[in-house]
Amino acid sequence: MSKAYDAIIIGGGHNGLVCAAYLARARKRTLVLEATDRVGGAAVTREIIPGFKVSACAHLLYLLHPKVLTDLRVQDHGFKLSARDMSTLALAEDGRHLVLATDSALTSASLSAHSAADAVALPAFQARIGRFARVIQRLLTETPPRLGTRNRSDQLALLKLAWSIRRLGRQDMREFLRIAGMNVADLLEEQFETDLLCGAYAFDAVLGTRLGPRSPNSTLTWFYRLAGGGKNGSNALAQPEGGMGALSDALAASAKSAGAEIRTGSSVTQIQVESDRVAGVVLNSGEEIKADLVVSNADPKRTFLSLLGTQYLDTGFVRRIRDIPMRGTAAKLHLALDGLPSFSGVDRAQLGGRLLIAPSIGYVERAFNHAKYGEYSEAPALEITIPSLHDSTLTPAGKHVLSAIVQYAPSDLKGGWDDMREPFADNVINTLARYAPDLKDKIIARELLTPLDLQREFGMAGGHWHHGELGLERFFMLRPVPGATQYATPLPGLYLCGAGCHPGGGVMGAAGMNAAREVLAGRAAA
Amino acid sequence: MRQYDYRTPVVPTPFHSRTAAACRTNDWTRWAGYTTVNVYTEVELEYAAIRNRTSVFDLSPMVKYRIAGPDAPPYVNHLVTRNIDKLAPGRVAYVVWCNDDGKVLDDGTLFRFGENEFRLCAQDRHLPWLLDVAIGYNVEIEDVSADVAALALQGPTSCAVLKRFGLRGIETLKPFCIAEFPYRERTLTVSRTGFTGDLGYELWIDPARAEHLWDDLLKADPYHGITPVGSQALDLVRIEAGFIAPHIDFMPAEYAVRHTRGRSPFELGLGWQVDFDKGHFNGRRALLKEKRVGSRYQLIGLDVDGNKPARDSLIYYAKRRQVGHIMSAMWSPTCKRNIAIGILEAGRSSMWKDLWVDIYVKKELKWERIMARGQVVDRRFYKPARRTATPPPDY
Repeated sequence: MSKAYDAIIIGGGHNGLVCAAYLARARKRTLVLEATDRVGGAAVTREIIPGFKVSACAHLLYLLHPKVLTDLRVQDHGFKLSARDMSTLALAEDGRHLVLATDSALTSASLSAHSAADAVALPAFQARIGRFARVIQRLLTETPPRLGTRNRSDQLALLKLAWSIRRLGRQDMREFLRIAGMNVADLLEEQFETDLLCGAYAFDAVLGTRLGPRSPNSTLTWFYRLAGGGKNGSNALAQPEGGMGALSDALAASAKSAGAEIRTGSSVTQIQVESDRVAGVVLNSGEEIKADLVVSNADPKRTFLSLLGTQYLDTGFVRRIRDIPMRGTAAKLHLALDGLPSFSGVDRAQLGGRLLIAPSIGYVERAFNHAKYGEYSEAPALEITIPSLHDSTLTPAGKHVLSAIVQYAPSDLKGGWDDMREPFADNVINTLARYAPDLKDKIIARELLTPLDLQREFGMAGGHWHHGELGLERFFMLRPVPGATQYATPLPGLYLCGAGCHPGGGVMGAAGMNAAREVLAGRAAA
Repeated sequence: MRQYDYRTPVVPTPFHSRTAAACRTNDWTRWAGYTTVNVYTEVELEYAAIRNRTSVFDLSPMVKYRIAGPDAPPYVNHLVTRNIDKLAPGRVAYVVWCNDDGKVLDDGTLFRFGENEFRLCAQDRHLPWLLDVAIGYNVEIEDVSADVAALALQGPTSCAVLKRFGLRGIETLKPFCIAEFPYRERTLTVSRTGFTGDLGYELWIDPARAEHLWDDLLKADPYHGITPVGSQALDLVRIEAGFIAPHIDFMPAEYAVRHTRGRSPFELGLGWQVDFDKGHFNGRRALLKEKRVGSRYQLIGLDVDGNKPARDSLIYYAKRRQVGHIMSAMWSPTCKRNIAIGILEAGRSSMWKDLWVDIYVKKELKWERIMARGQVVDRRFYKPARRTATPPPDY
């Protein structure tokens, strides 16, 4: 019997769609199977209450890879930005906010009101951090090498890694190697005395991770976040029109136009194996679909431990998969608002940017302390956007939505989330109200998505953005685990394409693009 | 005495009162956290007892795991390289298990008591590995080492001794089979297994009745007699039988620091243990690759000229090029041959005609080096017909 498809992609998240589009463009008959009734995975737009829409998980674009955009002609399929080069405002309770804009003169002026010395030091620091972030940036589209092989592509990739560090020059290379394994708090405190500045950068470093500013690896995660590029060591922050779901729709349209088929409402329950090769998948309806290639956009734990099953895997590999830390700590707060809230000392233009409540390193670290012990933060750190300011498609006229990423809300909360969700939401809103006194009166509806809710809705274990913690020990040739670092897995024909792989999560698409390249090259894991 | 307690890092076996009384040399060793006898009287006498009459060896420190549950058969098949679907309940199999790289973690004996119940016996502890292999299987793994005491009764007259001891029908028990016999109102489990390469049995009993069993056995047959033997004598007979021992003939892969020190079943002459057709098992993909590209090493038996044991010797081709080394060696009194188990670089059987070992011998404080010719032979140097005969010859 001839098979209807060459490749099946499990999961229609953005990486799955990107991978599908590349495979379809290479004339592979590709089928994407998405469990929910819409594509996008966690990159979707949801309705809080009728008429109020918001990005369900990630709400800003800062890593989306330009090669994905151009290769897949995403703009031709309806993708538009409603805002770009958004600036960041680090909120202070006393109203002396700090502007971190792409325009360095603005930033400098704002910072010198806090510390003249910091304002002098900042440009050189930003430039250097920018150069370091570009080291990571160069790796984003690389297939990580395997260590200890004589394979030429492995050796070449290792050489490229070494060269990208060496070409920084003597001084920068030394500095890079000195700080790459440091915690971001120590790094920032070496340079700056302004709490607001340090708090904002420290929060950026740990967003989406189970790290505090004083945790090892937090400098690396900062570089990772900055690897999308942008000017002056800050992200080029952008907001898609129609919310994150619009990007997913455009990616899906691109994949479809290249010939891929997308089936929503089709949850894969099992990956089939025949003669030690992937043979296809089984859906929850019982339907079997055969293909010689299966690419999983699900996280590694779900892919191997639940969809495939340990009986086809060696125990050392299973151990490594089981041990991937996947306890998410980021929650999402959505508010439907009757009107624009007034944040003290923030003008309307600034309100359209990104607001941070992370007034100092200590504030963020204290918020993290709770998470270490299975509690939620009493005073959480927040990244806030009001996307409806730029995008009228999201709300009825004159109404607004507020979207905030909230840390820390550990997935493994003591006592579980069921009775704690609303008290925590109160906590978050109280925190917001300290900066926006009239906020509470404007709330029409609210919803808080804990990491467990994200797990339930989007299938990612622990609700972890990156499908597994980022860090030096889980980076590049160690991601997700040795034995599956090149998108190919120990089972011939089965590949990974999700955030669990190099380079990781965030709405970037690089994992899907790299995976497609490996699938097409037909390289097997070793 | 409690096992697994920091205050008692070494504990006596259930037979300790008896083995201590019999141990004239006070020569003890440690095995898996237990005090065991190295030599009771003279290693030569004990060796002779194993090969000529009946010996008893305290096997209690053997590490034992109970594996039971609905998924026990597929679990065991995932663990070991052999196809255990071919192992009927009531039988025992020698097994090896590998890591992901297809390198041997250990060898042991697998008892199948029922469709879904097994016991795995090994020299070393393996609970973390066994538990992790169980991820995804509905199976229970339990360390029952301290719950089962055991004696190995080995030697040409061992069947006769057990008959007089009262085990009716023991002569019909085939090699690698398990049987239960009534004993002191309860039962005694006997398997026709052993580490001597001779006719022999292993007796498994609850620790509370261990001393009774020892006393009853030693009284059972004054005509043939039973000689307690220690680890040293056992190490001699196992070399004659060609059995390999972990930490001596191969480095269990999880202990190997140097990544080249692990050994695959093929490299240890255990290729017959590997069943590629049974479905996935740990190390399968690596072993398939090894089969395709070739192994690095090859275990061999060597018959060495002269009578000086080639202990720890290097093996040379044409007296010059080093091509391997010896792990186990002895002068075999039974075979009247100077035997050795060694390992060679694989795939060069043309070299076999001109192999040499250098043996260092201390003669009255003076070291001398002997270059002796070695001939590759079947490493089961000693295999008497009685080992597998059913019924065994009566004495």
